[in-house]
Amino acid sequence: MAQVYEHPIFPFTAPPELLEGRVGAAPVCVVGAGPVGLAIAIDLAARGVQVVLVDDDETVSHGSRLICISKRTLEIFDRLGAGAGFAEKGVVWNKGRLFFGEDEVYSFDLLKEDGHQWPAFVNIQQYYAEDFLVRAAERLPNLNIRWKSAVVGVEPSSDHVRLTVETPEGRYDLDADYVVACDGASSFVRRTLGLEFEGRAFQDRFLITDVTMQAEFPSERWFWFEPPFHEGQSALLHKQPDSVWRIDLQLDQSADPEVEGREENVRPRIERMLGADAAFEIDWISLYTFRCRRLQRFTEGRIFFAGDSAHQVSPFGARGGNGGVQDADNLAWKLAAVLNGDAPDALLASYDAERIPASDENILNSSRSTDFMTPKSQAVRDIRDAVLALARDHGFARRMVNSGRLSVPAVLDGSPLNTPDVGAFNGPMRPGAAALDAPVVTADGTGWLLHQFSGDFTVLIYLGEANDGPPDGWLSTLPAMVNTLVIAPISGAGALGDAEGQLRERYDLKPGTVYLIRPDQHVAARTRVFSNVWLEGALARALGNGGETA
Amino acid sequence: MSALVTDDQIAAPDDLYQALVDAHEGLADAESRQMNARLILLLANHVGDLAVLQEAAAMVRASVLRDRPDA
Repeated sequence: MAQVYEHPIFPFTAPPELLEGRVGAAPVCVVGAGPVGLAIAIDLAARGVQVVLVDDDETVSHGSRLICISKRTLEIFDRLGAGAGFAEKGVVWNKGRLFFGEDEVYSFDLLKEDGHQWPAFVNIQQYYAEDFLVRAAERLPNLNIRWKSAVVGVEPSSDHVRLTVETPEGRYDLDADYVVACDGASSFVRRTLGLEFEGRAFQDRFLITDVTMQAEFPSERWFWFEPPFHEGQSALLHKQPDSVWRIDLQLDQSADPEVEGREENVRPRIERMLGADAAFEIDWISLYTFRCRRLQRFTEGRIFFAGDSAHQVSPFGARGGNGGVQDADNLAWKLAAVLNGDAPDALLASYDAERIPASDENILNSSRSTDFMTPKSQAVRDIRDAVLALARDHGFARRMVNSGRLSVPAVLDGSPLNTPDVGAFNGPMRPGAAALDAPVVTADGTGWLLHQFSGDFTVLIYLGEANDGPPDGWLSTLPAMVNTLVIAPISGAGALGDAEGQLRERYDLKPGTVYLIRPDQHVAARTRVFSNVWLEGALARALGNGGETA
Repeated sequence: MSALVTDDQIAAPDDLYQALVDAHEGLADAESRQMNARLILLLANHVGDLAVLQEAAAMVRASVLRDRPDA
């Protein structure tokens, strides 16, 4: 095993509960320090919430596991102060190529336009991702990470949840106002509550390996249907940092995982792909069957489920981890707003209302991709192969080829927090959409739009050529939790510049257009005609005060 | 409301039937299955209307199930 990364050991320190022999208390306890648990713990702590994060291990992820970090996840990690490592270390990719047999049938570009800080994807081993997040977490004094601390008991009650935590130095109890269970597909919290997943299991086995080699493949996602080196099946190749390559090989249903997982049996498969004289080392081997399923609800009283503990998908489309980080992004500001007294408890109900449809979208897309790869009958295989064959000559068939519909942020259509448009709008920035980035001209030079949003709500107003200032009396009447962002074609007089016009185009801005952006950078509302009544209404609704009309 | 046209629209039915038969001339079974599958896809794109395809598929499926021995 030639892994370059050295796993840090995070020491266990006895918490006050053990030292003083008492029951602890915390507003929020997050269970599981994977990417989702770390993201939500950091986000909550950055919003002033006291957070305890417990994890049963003492280091980051052992295997490379989740490797494709989507643009939206990168934007979220950047907001959480962990972006730099991904920019420095990650392998950037925007393009994918599809092969059928020996022929390339299709290629796609996931980010066709410039004017974005982050690429469509960065590939990086999960241990690096967790490492960067732990470093960001350690900078927050109100985030208490407790390693080697396994939750072994969960006792919900009406005003708190009592967790029993086992450590190398004994057990203690911790009463949390809220618990966020980010403890993975086999979540102890979930099993303790007796909650079952609903969904599908796929029978086909997939061999997933990481190999270290010097190779000339570009940093693109390459996918093969029925390649000459792996007859009748599919294969996927991704580049990772440290000269590591991820290779996924589809096996059939009869494959014996114990036999197929042996290095002596994996090596010839890789050699057929790379050539008999290829020099490579196998770093990691795993055999999977995939499931696309979720909990009926992601909220049980004071316990929230996020990431794999709430839902699982097959990896084609990179919708598992990236979907989980969007859960964290969605829940953190809501929980913080309720705990800080800025929003009613009702806001928390919108977590399920927004993230269950998002999860269903991920499950639908991942299921369809997996179905495309694993036809369930000869007739279905005929149709699938016909699509691949026609794709060589016909655009309509290329669009049906499904090797994974890659993760994009869910548009929270139908959310009770959205306010209907006032006036006609074009473009993708409808209420519920994650705000698109764009370059802006600031007083210091140039920057990115998403960096200008504060952690609170943001009101974005576009002034147009005249740049004659916001509506009369407007700035003095804004609620405390709303920050203002003034945009004009040319920067100055307190306005950021939209020199390239990309912001105007992406947001369909006209002089006087106003957007209300949520703390998680999703659009809450937009209007062509600003009024304080509009803002108060949209803000109340976005904070869960929408009442029965929601 | 039905979107699928099932009225007789074919001017020369024998010619059309022959065209389908000719398309399979000299093909092995596996090739013929691909012939059918690719033809369905090409015509589905020509129709370009998901509702029409769904209605046709449902109609044919019912017809296939009706022919089951135990139906």
